[in-house]
Amino acid sequence: MYTLGIDIGSASSKAVILKDGTDVVASAVVQVGTGTSGPGRVLEEVFSNVDLTQEDMDYTVATGYGRFSVENADKQLSEITCHAKGIFHLVPSARTIIDIGGQDAKAIQLDNKGNILKFVMNDKCAAGTGRFLDVMSRVLEVPLDQMGKVHFQAKEWAQVSSTCTVFAESEVISQLSKGLPRESIVAGVHQSVASKACSLAYRIGVKNDVVMCGGVAQNAGVVDAIEKELQQSITVAPHPQITGALGAALMAYEELKKQNK
Amino acid sequence: MEFNAMEASAKECLAYYQAKLDEEAWEAKKNGKLVCWSASVAPPEFCVAMDIAMVYPETHAAGAGARKASMDLLEVADEKGYNIDICSYARTNLGYMELLKQEALTGQKPEKLANSKAAYVPLPDLVITCNNICNTLLKWYENLAKELNIPCIIIDVPFNHTMPVSRHNKEYIADQYRAAIKQLEDITGRAFDYDKFFKVQEQVQRSVYWWNKVATYAQRKPSPLNGFDLFNYMALIVCARARDYAEITFHKFADELEAKDAAGQYAFGAPENEKHRVTWEGIAVWTYLGATFKGLKNQGAVMTGSAYPGLWSLVYTPGDLESMAEAYTNVYINTCGPNRYEEFYKVVKNSKSDGIVLHLNRSCKLMGLLNNEGAEYVNAKMGVPYVSFDGDQTDPRVFTPAQYETRVQALTEMMDENQ
Repeated sequence: MYTLGIDIGSASSKAVILKDGTDVVASAVVQVGTGTSGPGRVLEEVFSNVDLTQEDMDYTVATGYGRFSVENADKQLSEITCHAKGIFHLVPSARTIIDIGGQDAKAIQLDNKGNILKFVMNDKCAAGTGRFLDVMSRVLEVPLDQMGKVHFQAKEWAQVSSTCTVFAESEVISQLSKGLPRESIVAGVHQSVASKACSLAYRIGVKNDVVMCGGVAQNAGVVDAIEKELQQSITVAPHPQITGALGAALMAYEELKKQNK
Repeated sequence: MEFNAMEASAKECLAYYQAKLDEEAWEAKKNGKLVCWSASVAPPEFCVAMDIAMVYPETHAAGAGARKASMDLLEVADEKGYNIDICSYARTNLGYMELLKQEALTGQKPEKLANSKAAYVPLPDLVITCNNICNTLLKWYENLAKELNIPCIIIDVPFNHTMPVSRHNKEYIADQYRAAIKQLEDITGRAFDYDKFFKVQEQVQRSVYWWNKVATYAQRKPSPLNGFDLFNYMALIVCARARDYAEITFHKFADELEAKDAAGQYAFGAPENEKHRVTWEGIAVWTYLGATFKGLKNQGAVMTGSAYPGLWSLVYTPGDLESMAEAYTNVYINTCGPNRYEEFYKVVKNSKSDGIVLHLNRSCKLMGLLNNEGAEYVNAKMGVPYVSFDGDQTDPRVFTPAQYETRVQALTEMMDENQ
């Protein structure tokens, strides 16, 4: 049995094909999200590497902000449920999930069966999310995929205190013009992201193990800043960007099992 | 055609009496009688006993929000320099007052007032406020009184840091009532009508009885009552509890719900459509009432509990000022954390809710501050999951439907897991 999980986020589109609820047959990530060519392209890509088509999928679950725009989905589920499912599958010891995506940051608490006990998300403001890092990367002229590497070159961390992305951008420009080392500002930006994500985690209560996912988890600088903020080590989920899509594929498999009972 | 309350539905009564109250306020103004603007949980008994027409700015603002008319009024307040961090009921009303004031001063109706979908109500001759539900109401009404150069009656109600309500608090509030009576005698130039006051108190008790009765229908499972209807009918428990309009309408509504239940018709039609039951904590998002309702309905979640309509469960003994004092002070948000959490727990339990939706209302810090604590208390006792979302009662700029939908969907998925 094949199930497909599609996670259409604000900044990227992800898809996972799962065989019999366990084996990842294929996965794909396209770095544009809902309302773009991303959803179509990610499906093309995920099927391009395997000898399967949408017709071979026994059940499809869509998640993410664009979940209602996925035509072939049998069901739509929230990204909270899907991330929890995906992470627990990959890291069964996970009790706290910190997920930072394109415009969302969320903290989820799980019990020992993987059920969601609590969750909180950022709401009105996207500071401290992937978009925030995008803006800062441009201002600092450090490519996004180099931010993590530059972070570890910092001797001191600058302070980026504004909660508003636009004001934080001005703050960073001002620090650059004062001659602060670029790497210090990069670390300060990561610390700012960490502080916002951890404030969500504190609201639900931090329980071990803490697992991080979402596109931002690929940035080792942010992971380092979160570990320093929480004063403990955290686990980065394998392939952190596709955990939502994986969770959706797992939920699709569970749905099939329910129907076949 | 003459309105026949006997034959009308509760919904028709609601619409008719809401409009009638505004008409009566205009009629009073025309005939030289006094019009009072009142805070929603301030006691109307004193003014009504003195034949003063009542208008309720919070309900007016909520109505403006529901009719998508609040943004225009908020902009007027913005232009006057009111900060957007101030309660949006206050800003909507202060914006509306400004338009009415301009009309009174110039004889010309400002364009925003002429085109407004908000109910058209007259300017007040006095205002009455009470700090039993928030302290913004003090500065807001003081401001109205100052802007319009009219008297302001303040019923000062101490916060109940311990429960039950202390005797000295009740005595203090009863003295506040006596001072208000004296103030009204000075304003009207007439002796206070104690006989009518007693009758008005009795009327309030009948209105409250039927209001509470209606709310009990949501405790039935499946629920014949869609809890969002309480948000609509709330207009009359606020504006007409001292009149028989509220009693007539709620009695009728209770009868309709009874009949609906007997016929096997429920909030979402067939009983199987009620997949979940949720408690809603906080003021409604009036500007997105439909979106917030549909967000829940799409997940099969009926709102069966809310502590908010219970603000008007003002049960007391007519003729006993201290009993009336207690009723107006033990409003749950005017009480200490432990009492507030316990009251919230009772709402969730009695409504048989299996999930909680918390409105983190930008306008109302008092209701939002302890939301999570209350939900944690209930969660620890009952294992009921909760979710919070950002919104506002009448400022449409604060709410995002997609964010709300995701949170509500995640909540119902958690509720599914629990089942």
